[in-house]
Amino acid sequence: MDILLGVGGSELSYYALEETIERAQETGDEVTVALFHNEEVNSDVDEIQARVEETLSETGFEATVRRLDGERAGSELVSVAESEGFDRIVLGGGERSTLGKIQLGSIVEFVLLNAQTPVTLIR
Amino acid sequence: MSRDYPDEPADEFSRPPRTVTDREGRDVELLSADATDRESVLEMYLSFDPADRAQGIPPAREAAIDDWLDTILGDETYNVVAVNEHSVVGHATLVPDRHGEHELAIFVLQAFQGAGIGTELVETLLGLAQSAGLEKVWLTVERWNDAAVALYKKVGFETTSAESFEIEMSIRL
Repeated sequence: MDILLGVGGSELSYYALEETIERAQETGDEVTVALFHNEEVNSDVDEIQARVEETLSETGFEATVRRLDGERAGSELVSVAESEGFDRIVLGGGERSTLGKIQLGSIVEFVLLNAQTPVTLIR
Repeated sequence: MSRDYPDEPADEFSRPPRTVTDREGRDVELLSADATDRESVLEMYLSFDPADRAQGIPPAREAAIDDWLDTILGDETYNVVAVNEHSVVGHATLVPDRHGEHELAIFVLQAFQGAGIGTELVETLLGLAQSAGLEKVWLTVERWNDAAVALYKKVGFETTSAESFEIEMSIRL
């Protein structure tokens, strides 16, 4: 399966990266990691790329790493998945407030509602 | 990202302790609670209907409920319980966030829902918050949870964000 994994710099997005690598090492899935800026966590794409590449080299897993252009990461993820024939989009999401309530960020929500491909939410 | 709050503060709310009669004629005491009330609060969550969980809380397993109670009965939190015949039947909590503002949540056992206890709980908790000098309280609620949204509006919360699966509401005390 060809997996498009979106990583926007939240802690859960790095958790999703680790989970996806672990699973792909068993299944042989091809993974493309799409990096994007997530203003809800005020992330920096250079820092995200460094951390993703570090995780990939630590686990010895080979994946394609690329950056998404454009302001609207959710929309970019959906259109890349469709135009390039990915089988599944994977995202981390569902942060908890201190009180414990789970909240979905706007990028995750957009992808869940608009993707034509199956979406896996890792939380 | 900073949260929006109404410009005008809310009126004074009733403070605990107080006793109210719900629409089914049951007397319910509204009492301030803290970590020393942990056992009776835990009892309530152990009998909580899983179908009434919202946004992942209360947690399902007892060990997870235990961890969660550490947070919601911890330092700088404010709690009010609704007690009927020596059992906790409802609980409202305010937990500080990273910005010194407080997030509100409320739970009422199924047998006591729809009888006005939730409104009394929220109002009494906000009264406790006023006596403690808190100014900013917020919450999120699932968009399809009409009963809860109506309750919060009646109490004086205003919607500050409705763009997501959850509606965000806030009140200035």
